[in-house]
Amino acid sequence: MKKLTAAMTIAALTVCLAACGKTAPAGGSANAPASFEDVKGEGVMTHAEYLAADVDDEVTVETYVQAKQSWWEDKATLYTQDQDGAYFIYDAACSEDDYAKLTPGTKIRVTGFKAEWNGEIEIAEGKITIEDGNYIAPALDATSLLGTDKLLDHQNEFVSFSGLTIEDKGNGQAFFYNWDNSGTQGDDLYFDASVDGKTYSFTVESYLCDQNTDVYKAVENLKVGDKIDCEGFLYWYEGANPHITKVTVK
Amino acid sequence: MKRLHLRRGAAALACLLLLPLLASCHGSRMSDSFTMPEGIRPDRNYEITFWAKNDTNKTQTDIYHQAIRDFEAYYPNIHVNLRLYTDYGKIYNDVITNIQTNTTPNVCITYPDHIATYLTGAGTVAPLGELADDPVWGLGGSEVKFDAPTKEEIIPEYLGECMIGGELYALPYMRSSEACYVNRTMVEKLGFTLPDVLTWDFVWEVSDKAAQTLGSDGVYAANGQRVLIPFIYKSTDNMMIQYLKQADAPYSTDAGDILLFNDDTKVFLQEIATHVGNGAFSTFKISGYPANFLNAGQCIFAVDSTAGATWMGSDAPLVDISPDNLVDFETAVYPVPQLDPAHPRMISQGPSICVFNKADPEEVVASWLFAQYLLSDDVQIAYAETEGYVPVTSSARENSAYRDYLSRAGEDNKVHYAVKLAATELVLAHTSDTFVTPVFNGSSSLRDAAGNLIESTVKSVRRRQTVDDAYYAKLWQDTRSLYRLDDTLHAGADGSDLSDIPLPGLSRGLLLVLAAIWAGILVRLVIMRLQAGK
Repeated sequence: MKKLTAAMTIAALTVCLAACGKTAPAGGSANAPASFEDVKGEGVMTHAEYLAADVDDEVTVETYVQAKQSWWEDKATLYTQDQDGAYFIYDAACSEDDYAKLTPGTKIRVTGFKAEWNGEIEIAEGKITIEDGNYIAPALDATSLLGTDKLLDHQNEFVSFSGLTIEDKGNGQAFFYNWDNSGTQGDDLYFDASVDGKTYSFTVESYLCDQNTDVYKAVENLKVGDKIDCEGFLYWYEGANPHITKVTVK
Repeated sequence: MKRLHLRRGAAALACLLLLPLLASCHGSRMSDSFTMPEGIRPDRNYEITFWAKNDTNKTQTDIYHQAIRDFEAYYPNIHVNLRLYTDYGKIYNDVITNIQTNTTPNVCITYPDHIATYLTGAGTVAPLGELADDPVWGLGGSEVKFDAPTKEEIIPEYLGECMIGGELYALPYMRSSEACYVNRTMVEKLGFTLPDVLTWDFVWEVSDKAAQTLGSDGVYAANGQRVLIPFIYKSTDNMMIQYLKQADAPYSTDAGDILLFNDDTKVFLQEIATHVGNGAFSTFKISGYPANFLNAGQCIFAVDSTAGATWMGSDAPLVDISPDNLVDFETAVYPVPQLDPAHPRMISQGPSICVFNKADPEEVVASWLFAQYLLSDDVQIAYAETEGYVPVTSSARENSAYRDYLSRAGEDNKVHYAVKLAATELVLAHTSDTFVTPVFNGSSSLRDAAGNLIESTVKSVRRRQTVDDAYYAKLWQDTRSLYRLDDTLHAGADGSDLSDIPLPGLSRGLLLVLAAIWAGILVRLVIMRLQAGK
């Protein structure tokens, strides 16, 4: 009886963990075939057309899930990308069943409204349709773009930064829980890292990568002066605000 | 920066919630009604949990930690475990989930609207009337070891806000209101002079004129930039609620009758729609934090809580935008726009303290003592100084340290930041002009619905959809459905079951998992019995 109860409990836990699992890309290599051709369906915008659309215009794109940030009350927030650029999908209508079907690479069609929230360009209130196709974007090395206007051209893309040095966030700490260290474990992590004498801020977004993920634990173990490589999504909030999904201490 | 409207990743939470759910499935669901015990015993240890909300503000969390240390020095046998939140909605959801498993905290920071929902679980929340009046353990009672306020020293309006169904179910902790933070420099550049009292007509007129300065080159002459949203409102639920109050229009009754969907509401939405069409207005949910636009010279009227004052203005101590985007201007702080300048009305808001009932009444008294400590002058003054909050006791307000704080506005751009002190003075001066909406099970949903009417209208206009009578009829219908608003949502201070509580989806899922587990166990037992019979 005890074994049965334990087995059922473990099964229940497994269901929960699977449903809530994070899906940040494990690596940066594309898994699309060499001859991969991203043919857009009828009525679907190219990335350039999407960028050219006005805020509040209705937009339809076909894109590929790169990571899932959150699902809540039938709304999903996703990091997506095609071969030409990225699309941040915010609060799109999505059933829990469909959300579970979304894995890194899944092709989706999204119809929603282009929005801008404190500098972040996104598709709001979209409707998602799952389609056939798979593509995982390789990480773009954006180290040399840090601090330049060109970084904006890659907003929301999967990017990497290499050769960074962890800086003192304050009081000798390598990271903060919340932007001002007002949080506790489980909240967003903030850390500063420098390259070529300039310091930039990075975030581990706790909805995307919670305290049980490798990246969260890795950042909690960082020390001032550590040399790191990292990768993540180039989210925007009043400037670049990369959501880091992987940190490698060198 | 994370958007603070309700959403969450569920991985860690699911596991945290599932474990107590499984562990406590044999336990009683609710405590019985609270009965006042003799008190706490000095030879016994008590452990209580405190779920506290802060504004993502390190100073505030430091004050909570300090308060706990100081309280434990008075009562070494009471240990307080702190859990920090930055979102009222998340506290609400976690409390609802933990009511099911009888694992609520002992004390939490919350809103009366939320307490009304907690109360639908009989005996869940400790009634505080008897505790407050107890001559020994009550407010300022003989066995209270610290200098606690008396009941009379709590500002009556604020204490009244914590009465639900005729019983005291909370203590006010901090109070604030909303303020309109104005770029006076740009208003005057547009040829206007700020009046003594800001009216809706004035705000719309200036906003429209600013929007009209958009040139063919895409640059607004008003600010010389490509971005200008003259009027941005942070909390559109408050925007609607305050307008209706000012218009003496219906919203709801104390009994939970839903009156929001009326002609006055429609008139206000039509006015908003007109100005959105002019490019004069947007909201936090649609465009972003008002403070960011205000500080970049891209907004003239930014309405936000007085508890957000430290983010407002050219010299704000807290800033989220790049320093090179900051614009130098004079900030004026006003009450929210009014319909009748002679009779200003504004919302009273701010956190309250809720004490949960427990099977052990001594534990409730220990919790009550800690709740009471949060009203002591030291805590009240320290916390109020972190933002545009005001203390909820006359003793703290009259304390010389607090009077000194108020008298030093503008001495520096940190503790004595002028805009923050102006916001604080605004709340102090208008205490009698504030109001709250009726609290009942469902009042929180009604509030959300009020905001949604504005958000939907603004989005529809921006998206060039037709906004006419048919649109509003459909909006009424959709909003009622979305927020599950019948004409009456009768409440529940004395409700007897939890069946009306809209459980979070995650909780519903977890309860289904639990049911499936037990169903599996029962099936297996039946099979084993049948096999044994053979």
